Amino acid sequence: MKHWGFKISKPRVLDFDTANLDAYNRLIEKVPSAHRCLMCGACTATCTANLHTEFNFRNCHLMFRRGQFDGLAEELDKCMLCGKCKLVCPRGVNTRAIIYNLRIVLSDLNYKKIES
Amino acid sequence: MNFHPFILPFAVGAIVLFVIIIYKYVSWIKNLDRKQKYFVNKNMFTFKTIQAIGEVIREALIHRNIYKKNPVLGYMHMSLAFGWFLLIVVGKIESSFYAGTFFEEPWLAIFFRYFAKEPHNYFMAAQFTFIMDFLLLVVLSGVFLAIMKRMRSKFLGMKKATRHSTFDRIALSALWWVFPLRLLAESITAAISGNGGFLTGSLGNLMSGLPVQALELPLWWAYSIVLFAFFVALPFSRYMHIPTEVVLIFLRKWGATAGEQYSGFSDIQINACSRCGICIDACQLNFAADINNVQSVYFIRDTRYGKLTDDIANNCLLCGRCTEACPVGIETTLIRQQLRNKAEIPGKHYYDYADTVDCESKPEVVYFAGCMSHLTPSIIISMKKIFEAAGVKYWFMDEEKGLCCGRPMRQQGFVQQSKDLISKNMRMIHSSGAKILVTSCPICYKSFRDEYVLEIPVFHHTEYIETLINSNKIKLHNSGKSIVYHDPCELGRGCNIYDSPREVLKKIGKLQTSELERENSLCCGGSLSNSVIDLATQTKIRDHGLEVLTESNPDILATACPLCKKSFVHGNKAIVQDIAEIVAVNIIAEKQSKKLQLTKNINEFEVNYK
Repeated sequence: MKHWGFKISKPRVLDFDTANLDAYNRLIEKVPSAHRCLMCGACTATCTANLHTEFNFRNCHLMFRRGQFDGLAEELDKCMLCGKCKLVCPRGVNTRAIIYNLRIVLSDLNYKKIES
Repeated sequence: MNFHPFILPFAVGAIVLFVIIIYKYVSWIKNLDRKQKYFVNKNMFTFKTIQAIGEVIREALIHRNIYKKNPVLGYMHMSLAFGWFLLIVVGKIESSFYAGTFFEEPWLAIFFRYFAKEPHNYFMAAQFTFIMDFLLLVVLSGVFLAIMKRMRSKFLGMKKATRHSTFDRIALSALWWVFPLRLLAESITAAISGNGGFLTGSLGNLMSGLPVQALELPLWWAYSIVLFAFFVALPFSRYMHIPTEVVLIFLRKWGATAGEQYSGFSDIQINACSRCGICIDACQLNFAADINNVQSVYFIRDTRYGKLTDDIANNCLLCGRCTEACPVGIETTLIRQQLRNKAEIPGKHYYDYADTVDCESKPEVVYFAGCMSHLTPSIIISMKKIFEAAGVKYWFMDEEKGLCCGRPMRQQGFVQQSKDLISKNMRMIHSSGAKILVTSCPICYKSFRDEYVLEIPVFHHTEYIETLINSNKIKLHNSGKSIVYHDPCELGRGCNIYDSPREVLKKIGKLQTSELERENSLCCGGSLSNSVIDLATQTKIRDHGLEVLTESNPDILATACPLCKKSFVHGNKAIVQDIAEIVAVNIIAEKQSKKLQLTKNINEFEVNYK
């Protein structure tokens, strides 16, 4: 288990003028249970990919919630969608659906950027 | 020449229908993938074609499969389809006898009674009239049942009927009107010229008080126009299944199978759906969770008309109950997987970070627990105990750092990622040089069997335990407890393994049956394939399943899938155990069994001595 403890966020300044918080609302529409997450990290503790590499779903979710998308798509590619995180979640969050939809939402964002 | 302008709508409709169907056939055949084309070319001129003709008669005309599912529904469909088919064939023969040539006007058979008004003296005229009237009666009984089904589907043993699209409604109404109008038109003509049989003749007599001369032509016009409406609506409605199912049966017999990607064959399967709605009643999302817009019939309809949304494609447990129920045999779950497929990025590798380990010891068996089994450690401990008791040298492949088998990715449509995982796992399995691969998870098992290229046989642990028992490597004592077995979707419907787990359980306790088992078994609700429903919906499905399974109050609810176990355990209704656990508890250790044998010998010796 790599880096699933409390030090998941690097020191950083969040600029809410540039952060895209709208994307999170779109995720909530798709996966309403996402807002129940209390960032306990059980998902990351059980993660199959986390045994091999520093993939941290809890971190990804937190970054996305705060509108920080840098490198998120590449990070999410490490997931194998095995679904263990969904089963261990104490809050019944459909974590697997979050990852699935995040991939789609993120690519959607990219697409719109190119268009405008 | 027997001609009247009222045949024109019919003729135009028939030509339009013919052209559209030919166009569709050609585009489907063109879109078959390479493997499917190869099989079609290979088997087209073999005995298989004759077999296919036999099956077309059995399935497309007589509908053996619908009869098996539901006899009333079977009769309804057969009376309409087979009845109409015979009406056309017998009518054609009759009109040929009448005209004295096989090449009479093509519409003569359809409007025969109108044109053949003079006293009949062609061959077997009376018999033909009787047969045609009888067939019309059969078809009308089918129409009656169909109307009943629309109004009250319960009369025909169906809980829910399909909600229809506009084209379906047009075609359906036209079809319902075709036969009553034919009856009226023929009866009116019979009243004028006396050429009716027992049905049309009698009705004609009843109607002789009406202004028959004035009514005759409008009725024949109406009949022709209704036929036109049906023919034109047919290719765009559910009735496209009539010309499509025949093609599907031929392709299937020639050996074409649905592949990984959407192809012309999938198109044919989608068009072969008659939207009968049998899959709605089979779907747990419908009857346990009250979601009723995602069932295979709606999913296939949306796909056909290009309206498929992500939410509908993803909202499915892929349990396979609808595929099992489908009377046409459409591979609904497979098509759903094909449509979930995402674009691939050539050359990209996703899991290069994985620390794959090679096996150094030379084991007989590779054991792959699977991700889910790691959440139910009791299964893993039990399997270890069983391996040790049987004295098998095994390698636990994913004990420390395992990878996923790739199937969850595959089910979600990430084929490239799935292939990446598969190649990594195959390399590890290959490195061990073992003779058998055993897995505890039916999801992995299905993947190993269907998607991996392995030289060694793959066993699910239930099969493996059965072989261990049969070869006397482990001995079990009968605990006498009552057990109900739950068939996991991927193991039962997915891999056709129903008997091995039951054989094992029979040796340990009293195996009880439940209402829905084997092919009809329920999903536990925990399926990974559905990325839309939330926990509350899953809980509804699980609770309904538990209710059915624990009806007989068994001591143990046995299953063979860690995911099913995990779902059912939270239901708190019964003691849920995996077969491996039950076996491990009831295993007679080697030393103990020797001791037992010794006591038995002494007892026998004493009996003989006395």
